[in-house]
Amino acid sequence: MPEIRNYTLNFGPQHPSAHGVLRLVLEMDGEVIERSDPHIGLLHRGTEKLAETKPYNQSIPYMDRLDYVSMMQNEHAYVLAVEKLLGIEAPIRAQYIRTMFDEITRILNHMMWLGTHALDIGAMTVFLYCFREREDLMDCYEAVSGARMHAAYYRVGGVYRDLPDEMPRFAASDLKRDKSELDRLNENRQGSLLDFIEDFTDRFPGCVDEYETLLTENRIWKQRTVGIGVVTADRAKALGFTGPMLRGSGVEWDLRKKQPYAAYDKVDFDIPVGLNGDCYDRYLVRVEEIRQSNRIIRQCVDWLRENPGPVMVENHKIAPPKRAAMKSDMEGLIHHFKLFSEGYCTPPGEVYAAVEASKGEFGVYIISDGANKPYRLKLRAPGFAHLMAMDEMAKGHMLADVVALIGTMDVVFGEIDR
Amino acid sequence: MKVFIDYIRSLFLLELLKGLQLTGRYLCAKKFTIQYPEERAPMSPRFRGLHAQRRYENGEERCIACKLCEATCPALAITIEAAPREDGSRRTTRYEIDLFKCIFCGYCEESCPVDAIVESRTYEYCFENRGENIMTKEQLLAHGDKHEVQLAKDLEAQAPYR
Repeated sequence: MPEIRNYTLNFGPQHPSAHGVLRLVLEMDGEVIERSDPHIGLLHRGTEKLAETKPYNQSIPYMDRLDYVSMMQNEHAYVLAVEKLLGIEAPIRAQYIRTMFDEITRILNHMMWLGTHALDIGAMTVFLYCFREREDLMDCYEAVSGARMHAAYYRVGGVYRDLPDEMPRFAASDLKRDKSELDRLNENRQGSLLDFIEDFTDRFPGCVDEYETLLTENRIWKQRTVGIGVVTADRAKALGFTGPMLRGSGVEWDLRKKQPYAAYDKVDFDIPVGLNGDCYDRYLVRVEEIRQSNRIIRQCVDWLRENPGPVMVENHKIAPPKRAAMKSDMEGLIHHFKLFSEGYCTPPGEVYAAVEASKGEFGVYIISDGANKPYRLKLRAPGFAHLMAMDEMAKGHMLADVVALIGTMDVVFGEIDR
Repeated sequence: MKVFIDYIRSLFLLELLKGLQLTGRYLCAKKFTIQYPEERAPMSPRFRGLHAQRRYENGEERCIACKLCEATCPALAITIEAAPREDGSRRTTRYEIDLFKCIFCGYCEESCPVDAIVESRTYEYCFENRGENIMTKEQLLAHGDKHEVQLAKDLEAQAPYR
């Protein structure tokens, strides 16, 4: 009888469930995975090197493009690092705004994850429902920053602009429908951005219930996720897991609680933890995180409504002066020109700042030699550590489970390849 | 007893039927789809789309060639050359934005001391030939002239926040 040899299979980078540009070289024994080897680097853009060539503020838009489904959280890590280097702190209102938008981003990310993960494993409808709610949050992004995704909204020393008092509405000229339908669409857009977000937080838990109705008890969903890719707590720690991947394995670790930044020590929320460390537990953890995020957003909305104030530090060596001051005041104009051309110099030193991004610990490490740009910038992407565990998680599973594993790791190549 | 209940649930496909009930409800519910391009989603005055250069009311171009946008552009998408005009005032002789490089971060608009370069609400454009990705000064000014009313309105709406 002839000997049957293992054969290797290329998975991706064009495979629809390879989430971007993941290329896996799988060594198969029939349909069972013997070894899996992720090949990365197809989306490498040299962000770390680019940051060495430009003043600190100009790297902020590049941070959006790292993990391009949780944009503002990446910015947050970067501005926190530079703020730490400068020894300044954003005003309290800016910190609450950051907290709120970090959580909005988390919901955006987890819904993208939920929709595509379910779609990969064969559930179509959840994807549509998730994207419906994402649209509302994208509108919040756009209302506040002017871009639906790549916001460039956080700045060193605060946030660029205060929250708008008016929410953009559907215009009759754009929407060729009758008046009553237009009013229905504009119903929650009558007030400010905060009113819109409050309305969202009111109805959102019901939407999460809907996703859960479709998935949590569903037998096909359970067959595809329960017992797949089990990682024990010890292995998860050894592999450098963070975020929901670590919490799914039962380790209660969340930077928002353990090293509070922004306003996380002032809001009330719980950390969900899994029991078995399989795909199903990680799903449950993330769904519960969405609910907790909703809770945080609601608390931030209530606080922001009560407490107006500055959203940027007053130090014009770091933050540009108001436009009115710039146009009427010589000193303001000088500050404005100096900031947008040269930027600001930081004291020499090394800092590391990390945030609990939706995927795990997203960290920025900066070495400064006292110039107006970093000497070296290093980004710690959570997805990189998770992808490294691919081999260990996939071993012994079937080919179809690889898709579930890629989904559960929530890989985004913007941050892995950088 | 629990085993028995679970068995009944599993046998009668209860969780699948619940899911079907939900999707069925949406099947009959009012649709919220926006029929682009006939209909458009709302857009905020902060929107950052295609660039435009503005003029003063007397038709004079605003840009004074201070090159601040060129300096602050993270993607190095802006190229400016300047020289004195016949009347002695300093103006740009060349102002180009490479739309392939541009990342639409809005820093040019933020840095401009005379509100000359702005990002408009235009987000649909295409190129048919090589080289059309570079927006020249004439194109920028023409785009600005076309949308001046909207641009002025948006800038005014944003003035209190900036």
